[in-house]
Amino acid sequence: MTELEIRNLHASVNGKKILKGVNLKIRQGELHALMGPNGSGKSTLSYVLMGHPKYVVEQGEILVDGENIIGLTADKRAKLGLFLGFQYPVEVPGVTLKNFLWRTYKTLNNGNSSFVDFNEMLSEKLEVLKMDKSFITRYLNEGFSGGEKKRAEVLQLSVLKPKIAIMDETDSGLDVDSLKIVSSGINKLAREGIGIFLITHYQRILNYVKPEFVHILIDGKVVKSGDYRLAKEIEEKGYEGIVNG
Amino acid sequence: MANAQPLVSEKDYSRYGFREPDESVYRTKKGLSREIVEEISKIKNEPKWMLDFRLKALEFFQKRPLPTWGPDLSSLNFDEIVYYIKPTEKQAKSWEDLPEGIRRTFEKLGIPEAERKFLAGVGSQYDSEVVYHKLKEDLEKQGVIFTDMDTGMREYPEIVKKYFGTIIPPNDNKFAALNSCVWSGGSFVYIPEGVEVKTPLQAYFRINSENMGQFERTLIIAEPNSKCHYIEGCTAATYQADALHAAVVEIVALPGSHVRYTTLQNWSTNVYNLVTKRARAYENAFVEWLDANIGSKATMKYPSIYLVGRGSRAEILSIAFAGKGQNLDAGAKAIHMAPDTSSKIVNKSVSKDGGRTNFRGFVKIFPGAINSKSHTRCDALILDEKSNSGTIPQLDIDENRVNVGHEATVGKVGEDQLFYLMSRGLSEDEAVAMIVNGFFETFVKELPLEYAVEFNRLIQLEMTGAVG
Repeated sequence: MTELEIRNLHASVNGKKILKGVNLKIRQGELHALMGPNGSGKSTLSYVLMGHPKYVVEQGEILVDGENIIGLTADKRAKLGLFLGFQYPVEVPGVTLKNFLWRTYKTLNNGNSSFVDFNEMLSEKLEVLKMDKSFITRYLNEGFSGGEKKRAEVLQLSVLKPKIAIMDETDSGLDVDSLKIVSSGINKLAREGIGIFLITHYQRILNYVKPEFVHILIDGKVVKSGDYRLAKEIEEKGYEGIVNG
Repeated sequence: MANAQPLVSEKDYSRYGFREPDESVYRTKKGLSREIVEEISKIKNEPKWMLDFRLKALEFFQKRPLPTWGPDLSSLNFDEIVYYIKPTEKQAKSWEDLPEGIRRTFEKLGIPEAERKFLAGVGSQYDSEVVYHKLKEDLEKQGVIFTDMDTGMREYPEIVKKYFGTIIPPNDNKFAALNSCVWSGGSFVYIPEGVEVKTPLQAYFRINSENMGQFERTLIIAEPNSKCHYIEGCTAATYQADALHAAVVEIVALPGSHVRYTTLQNWSTNVYNLVTKRARAYENAFVEWLDANIGSKATMKYPSIYLVGRGSRAEILSIAFAGKGQNLDAGAKAIHMAPDTSSKIVNKSVSKDGGRTNFRGFVKIFPGAINSKSHTRCDALILDEKSNSGTIPQLDIDENRVNVGHEATVGKVGEDQLFYLMSRGLSEDEAVAMIVNGFFETFVKELPLEYAVEFNRLIQLEMTGAVG
């Protein structure tokens, strides 16, 4: 069982200190939610975990099964089983979603994969996410609506099957129907043993995805952790109410 | 067999840049003179009009200076080039009849296999002569002619005389003049009225010898309402010494015909590729140039379409990929000389490892070419700080009742784009290669599947074969 451990993580971007000592532990098969107000450092944490070159780690460790991954490029982290569902997925013109999925799937499986099996699996995943087959013939994220982009991220997650997935605001920009579908997709993957680290601004998605652990990030630090009830509390009291109360 | 070893320099060209020992049966001594031109004509046993044509062209060539624009050609030494090398005694109709080395070359390049699978006809030129030629029987029966240019001149003098050198006159530019005086090989294609050739006709041009100049000459005549797709591939053995390729391609698209001409140019990086390609499109004819430039040391090539008939159409889709030491100056010209004509020019170029690409577009609309439409789009992708790219569009519009547009973009691979792809497990090289392949997709999707696969493999080789 893979374990992602974040120890006293300090990080900055463009010289600005954003993370100020984050401690967290996420195991495969667990479902965590990280909540926090705007500007608390949620997205920074996701980029730092995946190794975006613009973000500088100043102190602390990120351990995957005890091995410090700081300094590894994003592809190496992906090969260790990490995945980042982007808040703003990037467009790659001319590369079809299907081709992209096949290439990355093959890469993460060290080239040992059959195209026939892949196709079959892909069809199943599309069905689960209620996506039309023609969707994967479109160019990666190009001209996708906000909701389509998020669904495509969850599709990638379900095809690539990492050990631990950091999902950055997967719920933002989704209408209620899409939110339900995406949520049930995430629930299914969590049941299948993927560790989910769900980063969200709103409590809304937690009506559909039930995290076992909820953490609150404020000003670059996890100020409180608890179980599902903490999310409810936030809904009632707001972030300030929790910090001050 | 020592020199059959591939020479691998910066790039892994072993797949294309391998050499075979020289087993040519005849070669002129190096350098260019009146005697050399007469010698070539004599070997070919040509009629006098062709010798006169050659000698006139030689005068033009000698008078004209090198172009003062475009890539630096100053190190191109015309005295060091061998202008004619005859590889075999006679042309073969079956691959088995070719000398071992030549047959092995084309087998490595996959030509016989492609012919079996999906081609209507194949012509293969090795140095100065077409060594193999074959057209499917059913097309022969329909009156389609697909042969080498020398045979075309001998067997169909009335057609050749009518069109040869009329689309690109010998004094058009220095390299058209050079080709006109020493030309050898190339294709002669004639599609009779109303005949549609559904699968591609392919010509393959191979330079094997060192210091070689290859000067093939291609003439395509599409009679009214006919249709064909002609594909050419070019590769060369890699040497330290420079080689020269100066082709002339003329297309006559008669009313209602449709000609598509595809080039996959992958010369080794010691080849100067200075080519003149031009088509004339009559009423309602449609001409397409699909032009990929991946190899060569320097390329100057601007496929042109003269829209002389009402309602004729032009599409020129070109790509360039310049790596270390390469300067690819490519572009397109559309000349609107009749009403209701349209042209579309799309260019995509990538430069890396200090390579340079340059797009030159020229759109001219003559007075009276009313309701003409033209759109040019060029996109450049620059992969590192050492590389660069230029765009020189020129619009010359002498008619008001037209619709002309132009767009250009220059981009770099974004950090976020790279991070996104790498977060899915792709290495940086793989991620950039994927972005580049996507960038060329508008071109690739126009290619027959087999060529698309080959093209993507070439790009992969360029992207991962040249590290640092």
